[in-house]
Amino acid sequence: MISKVLTGTFFKAVLIVNAVMILLPVFFLFNSALRDTGSFGANPIELARKPAWSNFTQVWAGGEFPIFLKNSFIVTLGSLVVILICALGAGFILGRYQFKGNNLIYGFVLTGMLVPAKLAILPLFIQLKWMHLLDSHIGLILVYASGALPAAIFIMAGFFRSLPADIDNAARIDGASEFQLLRLVLAPLVRPGLAIVAIYSAIPIWNDFFLPLVFLQSPEKKTIMQGLTVFFGEYSSQWGVLFAGLTIAALPLIILYLLLSEQFIKGLTAGAVKG
Amino acid sequence: MQSRTLKQQQRRFIWIFLTPGLLTILVFTTIPAVTTLSYSFFKWEGFVRGSFAGFENFQNLFRYPWRDQFFAALTHNFLVFISIMIIQTSLGILIAYALFRLKRGQRFFRTVTFLPVIFSLVIVGYMWQVMLNSYFGPINKILTDIGLESWAQPWLGQTSTALPTLVFINLWRWVGFPAIIFLAGLNAISQDFIEAAQIDGAKEGQIFRKILFPLLAPSMTIITILTFIGAFEWFDLPYVIGGTVGSPSGSTDTLALMFYRLSFGSADSVSNDIGVGSALGVIIFIIVGLGAGVGSNLMRKREVEQ
Repeated sequence: MISKVLTGTFFKAVLIVNAVMILLPVFFLFNSALRDTGSFGANPIELARKPAWSNFTQVWAGGEFPIFLKNSFIVTLGSLVVILICALGAGFILGRYQFKGNNLIYGFVLTGMLVPAKLAILPLFIQLKWMHLLDSHIGLILVYASGALPAAIFIMAGFFRSLPADIDNAARIDGASEFQLLRLVLAPLVRPGLAIVAIYSAIPIWNDFFLPLVFLQSPEKKTIMQGLTVFFGEYSSQWGVLFAGLTIAALPLIILYLLLSEQFIKGLTAGAVKG
Repeated sequence: MQSRTLKQQQRRFIWIFLTPGLLTILVFTTIPAVTTLSYSFFKWEGFVRGSFAGFENFQNLFRYPWRDQFFAALTHNFLVFISIMIIQTSLGILIAYALFRLKRGQRFFRTVTFLPVIFSLVIVGYMWQVMLNSYFGPINKILTDIGLESWAQPWLGQTSTALPTLVFINLWRWVGFPAIIFLAGLNAISQDFIEAAQIDGAKEGQIFRKILFPLLAPSMTIITILTFIGAFEWFDLPYVIGGTVGSPSGSTDTLALMFYRLSFGSADSVSNDIGVGSALGVIIFIIVGLGAGVGSNLMRKREVEQ
């Protein structure tokens, strides 16, 4: 009995230590964002009793951050639109039609999943330049979409396959065209799949700094994570401001995550859990 | 007749719906990947393609001046894979099991455990760089305050601790991921097994070792494969912290960083060589593809059915 209580306490302690280890750095980040830069020299860990909100206004007034954030929204939402539309269509076909070449297309999509964009970055750079899509949000959106689509198509095909075939025939007998069948009947039923695909794709795109670093040069086109790398150089000695910048960049996703944590966890592990 | 027109209509729709997605993948993934392969068989002068080179670019990776960098980076990738598998995966299982047997408050701890996974590595990298700063960082400050002054050191600034510290930061950022996967694995195990074992008088440790752990094999396969791919394509975190050259003194260099330097050049290394870079890209792809393919086949065979 005693040993049972002890093991229970042990596992609870594991979770508490783990939570503290995870939350302390996050708290340090938020707290430091509210501290006066001058106070760091004396003590690196000190509660911000008199919050220096001026750090945030300084970041915002610099003028770059609102633009970076806007660009990240454009790129993330733009990619999402392309991914969702393409994956809805392709998932519909692969999940519900039997036709010649079905397996061939599956294989093609699968190879797309195996190639990381990073290893093809140089030809991609030259190709985008040739297509006049370098230093453009559209080019970036298409590259992101291409990277996320294989997994997105598989996820959607799985959702379409799980719907009973009778639905299609009933709709067809009622005179629905294939397009109406997808748009009015099936699309609403695969909405949970679309939500998973959206989270699975959008988070890595929002967080990415690598592709913008390679593909975007104009300061007014940079995304928030790419912009942060520039920002750190500019404010390397102003810690309060630097942490305020980090906080602004991290906050949108943290808030969304706290509101939708179940969907986030499901979406981000979608590639790893057998459906 | 009716079904014939339906067939025709369907065939047209198949292509209308498939084309946008397939075309995007073809143009922005497949063609660049094939082009990388073709680049690796040519000599390059800067960005200008020269004559056909056969396998010379591949051989050059094993010759001066690339050889030492290549093997150092490969060793780092391998060490990172092994240490992540040992530390991060065991901790993931421990946390998953602790969550599994928790009756109340599971949701809170799950949300917290997974939180760092949504952080951008740019943010994670800079946050920890400041945390670990030798002079102003809170980590060294805490160590000094509790009397462990001799432990305070430039964690990311010396070759002996830089790579292990990166592995630790990676642990902070990722441990929630295997934890959630293993938790899903545990939840998928039928409660009957556990109850039957309890009735037979099995202790908790025995139940875990003999019943739950073997049945977690599918989750273990997935985590091992994903860790392997992640470790051999490791780029973002070492790049944010050590830059393109794997500072300090190449101690955090990885194959993907070397690939980046060869492709785009770097301020403080030899000029770029697209041919050798593409060859390295192909090699990384082969390592990851073979490792993941062979690994998943071997591990699948050992999985036990419920």
